[in-house]
Amino acid sequence: MKRLMLPLSVVLLLLPMVASAETVEEKGLRLAVEAANRDHGFGDFTADMVMTLRNKHGDESERQVRIKRLENKNDGEKGLSIFDSPRDVRGTVFLSHSHKKGQDDQWLYLPALKRVKRISSRNKSGSFMGSEFAYEDLSSLEVEKYTYKWLRDEKFFDHDCYVSESYPVDRRNSGYSRLLTWVDKDSLRPWKVEYYDRKNAHLKTLTFYDYGKYVDKYFRAGQMKMVNHQSGKSTDLRWMNYRFNTGLKDSDFSKNSLKRIK
Amino acid sequence: MRDVNSFYQGLKKVFVFTLFIILAIGYESVMAIGLTGYIAPEGRYFPSDHLYMGQKDNDASVAIQLEAYHEWGNGSSITFVPFARFDSNNNKRSHYDIRELNFLWVTESFETRLGVGKVFWGAMEFVHLVDIINQTDLVENIDGVEKLGQPMLNVSIPFQSMSLDFFVLPYFRERTFPGEEGRLRAPFVVDTNNAQYEDKAKQEHVDYATRLNITFDDFDVGLSFFNGTNRDPNLVQLMSSSGTDLLIPYYEQIRQAGIDLTGALGEWLLKLEAIYRWGSLAEFYAVVGGFEYTFIGFVLPNADLGMIVEYAHDQRGIDGMSLNQNDAMFGLRLVLNDQAGTEILTGFSYDRDTHSKLASVRMSRRIGDSVKLALEGWITADPPKDDVFLYYLRDDDFIGLEVTFYY
Repeated sequence: MKRLMLPLSVVLLLLPMVASAETVEEKGLRLAVEAANRDHGFGDFTADMVMTLRNKHGDESERQVRIKRLENKNDGEKGLSIFDSPRDVRGTVFLSHSHKKGQDDQWLYLPALKRVKRISSRNKSGSFMGSEFAYEDLSSLEVEKYTYKWLRDEKFFDHDCYVSESYPVDRRNSGYSRLLTWVDKDSLRPWKVEYYDRKNAHLKTLTFYDYGKYVDKYFRAGQMKMVNHQSGKSTDLRWMNYRFNTGLKDSDFSKNSLKRIK
Repeated sequence: MRDVNSFYQGLKKVFVFTLFIILAIGYESVMAIGLTGYIAPEGRYFPSDHLYMGQKDNDASVAIQLEAYHEWGNGSSITFVPFARFDSNNNKRSHYDIRELNFLWVTESFETRLGVGKVFWGAMEFVHLVDIINQTDLVENIDGVEKLGQPMLNVSIPFQSMSLDFFVLPYFRERTFPGEEGRLRAPFVVDTNNAQYEDKAKQEHVDYATRLNITFDDFDVGLSFFNGTNRDPNLVQLMSSSGTDLLIPYYEQIRQAGIDLTGALGEWLLKLEAIYRWGSLAEFYAVVGGFEYTFIGFVLPNADLGMIVEYAHDQRGIDGMSLNQNDAMFGLRLVLNDQAGTEILTGFSYDRDTHSKLASVRMSRRIGDSVKLALEGWITADPPKDDVFLYYLRDDDFIGLEVTFYY
């Protein structure tokens, strides 16, 4: 018996070591999965978004967009962006079906022509309505779309944060070589993201403000500021009127539904 | 003609009446009506003098469109979109149209649209073969993209990633053509007052159409079938009593099967449209295929440059009614993604049979939040005589400037 006990105790002693031997990649992935799990089950939400675009001379212009999102049990989220201003694009709708694996499906509805157009996944690195946000910055953050690496723990203002690096899986179409993300240890909310372009130069920094808690557990930022360090331009997003569990269905996110959205 | 017109006028009155009934339902619902629209003055400058008798050189006009929309809580809605253009020089281009006046009823398992509406089918940027529900409002623009409102009953049944549409089209709209005063026409004026029909019911012939929309993986596919009055008239040359040449539009009965496809393969968008059409005058196929590729961050970090290539073939060949019987098209779309939303679309087309060339350009940008400036140009590069259509328009190159005020 003694001979048996020894190896077992050795194993027990080793266990914490095994846990601490978690690689930085595993830790990065674990944090991403945990953050995603905490957001699971929101079902659907709608919100109004006001974008303020600012060029390097400080000239501002505004865009108003209504956002609808639907969680999808087995695959990525579905999303609708309905443009209310500027007025020449009023009624234009962007529909996306995110996929955990492979390329997302994206369509644009042009109301004057009554035309639904599929757009290429190349588009994801392009500017969303002339803003400093790319389509990929606003699409749902499926865990599978990146690989991860935890770098360090660091304080970001009042928040004790994990700092992790993530690398887009779809390297062909993404505009980034890597992202650096600060998430707080308590709730795994992101507070800052640094974007590095394909040449690994620091391109943009996104910071999050005024988090609200919805249905007792889902955190959503009230403000997001994106600064482009290379062009000197910036874009602020103000999020309003978050509503969860509005009863949206798959059929509200079909290609066919675009023609009736106003 | 008069009967048919009065039928259509009657139809319009019924819809307008219905609208007012709905408006009157309650003050609250009146308050909830969304009113939007635009007013757009436009000037067109033709550097060359007119070629044909009766034409006027340049052109100034203004277009007005209004959109009234009301939605009930259950997703049902009513839409009313009247449109009018007042043209200083061309009384055929001065026209009004009800682009939309329809009631949409949405249930869990299907959608029904009743009234005047607009439907687009297809995949391509330059050549639209499959699109057949609405008639072209040709006086609006030579590119044929503007459409007239079409009276319809449309039932749309979605299931999973497909949808099946049925259309009953109880009234036919005739194509608009520039009158005697208008540029961008043949030496003969199209006499739209004396259109001829194969079917004795004329404009009251009831057309049917159906379409199956399928989305799978990275592909969108549409299969469509149409049975009714051809939207493309055959133009028959006649001598009028006063001895001048006239073109009479003749509308035959046709059947048309169509397929359109868009595939997103990596960074490429692959596109195809094909039709098979048969009627008493002709039986033929036509096909157009091509691709789109977008360069993101072209020169400027936010700018996108899209490259569009299309090739069109029509079995009727050079003597047929098609303008794109053996034509290659190349387009560049530059989207600056700046605050003004600046966009430039240039298109070049080359006819491989007649070697005629055509270039078009459209530039647009916003001023502030609610004004848009659009500049348009159209250049035929000395078309050869055997490209009849372009040869007729050889002196009609133009530059157009439009300022759209949205409200």
